[in-house]
Amino acid sequence: MERISLLGQLTQYFFTGITVGSIYALVAVGFNIIYNVTEIINFAQGEFVMLGGLIMVFFTATAKLPLPIAFFLTVLAVTGVGALMERFTINPLKNATVLTMIIVTIAVSILLKGIAMFVWGKDPYIIPPFSGSKPIFILGAAIQTQTLWVLFITAVVVVLLSFFFKKTRYGKAMLACADDPEAARLVGIRVNIMILISFALSAAIGAVAGAIITPISLMEYDRGALLALKGFGASVMGGLGSFYGAVVAGILLGVIESLCAGFVSSGYKDAVALLLLLLVLYVRPSGLFGNVEASKIKEF
Amino acid sequence: MDSEKFDTLLRVEDLHKSFGGVQALEGLSFTVTSGIIKAIIGPNGAGKTTLFNLISGVFPPNNGAITLEGLSIEGRKPWEIARLGVSRTFQNVEVFGRMTVLENVMVGRHIQSRAGIISTGLKLPWMRREERRIQDGAKDYLEFVGLLHKGGELAGNLPLGEQRLLEIGRALATEPRILLLDEPAGGLNTKETEGLASLIQRILERGITVILVEHDMNLVMDISDEIVVMNFGEKIAEGKPKQVKNDPVVIEAYLGEEVDYSDI
Amino acid sequence: MQKSNRKMLFALIVFLSLFPVVVLNVGAIGHYLDVMIFVGIYSLINMGLSLLMGYAGQISLGHAAFFGLGAYTSGILCTKLSLSPWLAMPAGIFLTALVAYIVGVPSLKLKGHYLAMATLGFGVIVYIFFNEEVALTGGPSGFSDIPGLTFFGLDLNNELYYYILVWSLVVLTLVFSLNVINSRIGRALRSLHDSAVAADAMGVETSRFKLVIFVLSAAYASLAGSLYTHYVGFLSPSSFDFFLSIKLVMMVVVGGMHNIWGALLGTWLLTFLGNEWLHVFRDFDILVYGAVLLAIVMFLPEGLVDLSPKMKRLWKRS
Repeated sequence: MERISLLGQLTQYFFTGITVGSIYALVAVGFNIIYNVTEIINFAQGEFVMLGGLIMVFFTATAKLPLPIAFFLTVLAVTGVGALMERFTINPLKNATVLTMIIVTIAVSILLKGIAMFVWGKDPYIIPPFSGSKPIFILGAAIQTQTLWVLFITAVVVVLLSFFFKKTRYGKAMLACADDPEAARLVGIRVNIMILISFALSAAIGAVAGAIITPISLMEYDRGALLALKGFGASVMGGLGSFYGAVVAGILLGVIESLCAGFVSSGYKDAVALLLLLLVLYVRPSGLFGNVEASKIKEF
Repeated sequence: MDSEKFDTLLRVEDLHKSFGGVQALEGLSFTVTSGIIKAIIGPNGAGKTTLFNLISGVFPPNNGAITLEGLSIEGRKPWEIARLGVSRTFQNVEVFGRMTVLENVMVGRHIQSRAGIISTGLKLPWMRREERRIQDGAKDYLEFVGLLHKGGELAGNLPLGEQRLLEIGRALATEPRILLLDEPAGGLNTKETEGLASLIQRILERGITVILVEHDMNLVMDISDEIVVMNFGEKIAEGKPKQVKNDPVVIEAYLGEEVDYSDI
Repeated sequence: MQKSNRKMLFALIVFLSLFPVVVLNVGAIGHYLDVMIFVGIYSLINMGLSLLMGYAGQISLGHAAFFGLGAYTSGILCTKLSLSPWLAMPAGIFLTALVAYIVGVPSLKLKGHYLAMATLGFGVIVYIFFNEEVALTGGPSGFSDIPGLTFFGLDLNNELYYYILVWSLVVLTLVFSLNVINSRIGRALRSLHDSAVAADAMGVETSRFKLVIFVLSAAYASLAGSLYTHYVGFLSPSSFDFFLSIKLVMMVVVGGMHNIWGALLGTWLLTFLGNEWLHVFRDFDILVYGAVLLAIVMFLPEGLVDLSPKMKRLWKRS
């Protein structure tokens, strides 16, 4: 049997790390978008990812649609779920306390989880990778092509989002809401609509994450909670509300977790990510990258 | 100078505070002698409430010192400062709305009692005695401010004037040495304001020093022993009511503000 | 104690005394006694959560961990060290309170969403610990043969005796909690809710009381965990997972978190729903739970205890 070199192992873990990390990053970005507009942490964020994966399974494996169409429909469907969530649960609750908001989004997450179990059952599902299952070899490590898809699509999402927030009317309006909702209202921005868009957009990003990771890590109905927790970890580490911070922290979290799983103990890999989350919360709640001043000026 | 030290209760020195670039206090200094009523007046935005918030520890100053009988208290936590004998009321009344009037004042007795979680949970005999003492004490203070008959009502249901009295009673229940009153006459009618004036006199007679932020000039000129006039975070005048009233600087600062001196 | 509480307590004790008499004589619902034991166990945890959420205004999404710590401490000490359960129980409470203190000091400095996530993270870490420390906890498959409780030679592992034991403890804990609520500590906590800035100015040491209540609620959960262990005689991590933490919070919210009686009502209702009346839904109880929780938060934010005053108001109006 051929022994894999240490370098090969490292490369392997590193790629696994940035792949999962990309998903954490996308979840974190989703958290940030809603947080920036509403100051709500959406506990159902992980459920968007889970739904993205399972709906993708439905469109590719069950409905046998071509990949691009399935992908598009998946994102569309989950975006709809996000919009519905906002319309029916967030929008009617004006002036609710933080505690109520937390409980409402938890209730939605349980409901979505329940619906997913109702539809798909408890078993995990997998779909074939986007372009064949033949791995490519880098430094002695076998890298699945899906990994490259994950990295590529994550990068595209990040670029598109930057463009959206910097150049488009809606993007700029959302940033304005984040800075000062009252002032935004006064200059004629419809904050109501911006909140709706933030939920829809976050759901869309979650759906993308779910659709691209399912060929690698499978997907089942109860994945959402842990994904949400780690995504939240990434967004706090990056400085809550910071767009690039979330991306960097997400990938960092993925790599640390993967190295830990490879070299220390795979059982405790989730615990390590959570311990990091707690440490950051306790020691530096403004995030690793944001300084306190920057965390005040909310910036994507 | 040394003899002054003895009866200086509170000393504020070179106090600075800014909020996001806006300077609320710029080097404010004054002293408060024990056993007097000292009024702080000034136009809106002069920094009076900020001053109270700094003294009572709501937030720390950027710079400067606050000393209570030589003990430095700036930057300490509010509950620590309350224990050292500084209590206050609030401009925008902050009664505990969903608790009864009596319970509000009983919270004021908090630092005068000490039962912990075990003894309260088990209702140990000494805790029962303490609870009775808290209640009796609270009733005394309610009677002092004239609200004993309303003890069972929810504080949130009282009219504004009575809520202000309740806040004073609650603050007195902590047995303070200094009482900070933040616009106690705000929203009161003439009769209520007269009652307030005599209440403040009676508080003084109990040996409690009063610092008063107030817009009602009649009240201020009537009852205060000394006045500090602030504008834009700075002290522009200080002295006896008569001196201050005739100070041209003060009059200029108040131009544009509706102040009626005619009947002083 | 206030008059209304005394009346409620009296009503509760009457109900608890009649319950076994009725249930044991109607064959079809004989097993309700067993369900009621679980209601009692969860009630213990939820009274603590009610104090924490409703009175101290702090959320915890990690109370399953404290429940689990109590359960595992009792289980491990009684099987591996053959310690008496009556000694293991306080040992569990002490250990859990210690852990709660250590976690609480930094966590309770956090607010709102951050606190929710921190407690959630803590809960999941403990759950992973139960799964991974196989030598100590038996890992995912857990361990069994945990001895039951005896009381001076009387075997308590009989549904009726255990019912009496659990509910006596619930009533005692309830009285303890009501005493705390109607004391200077309870007033301090309630004042905090209405105006934190005024509570501060009255000398109420906010942070300390939050911590005290957090530790107390962990101790309640630990006691519940020990009682659970000795009743079922078997432990595995899945009984203490993240979803349990959520369910506990849900019971408190559904009943009404601003009222400790609400916690009891919510626990009773959701446990019977989950263990009995929703059995037709099988595994799909999650779906029903989610829907119930959402409906309550949206339309009855003060919980079910608010229903009767609301009805009264409607009645008066018509």
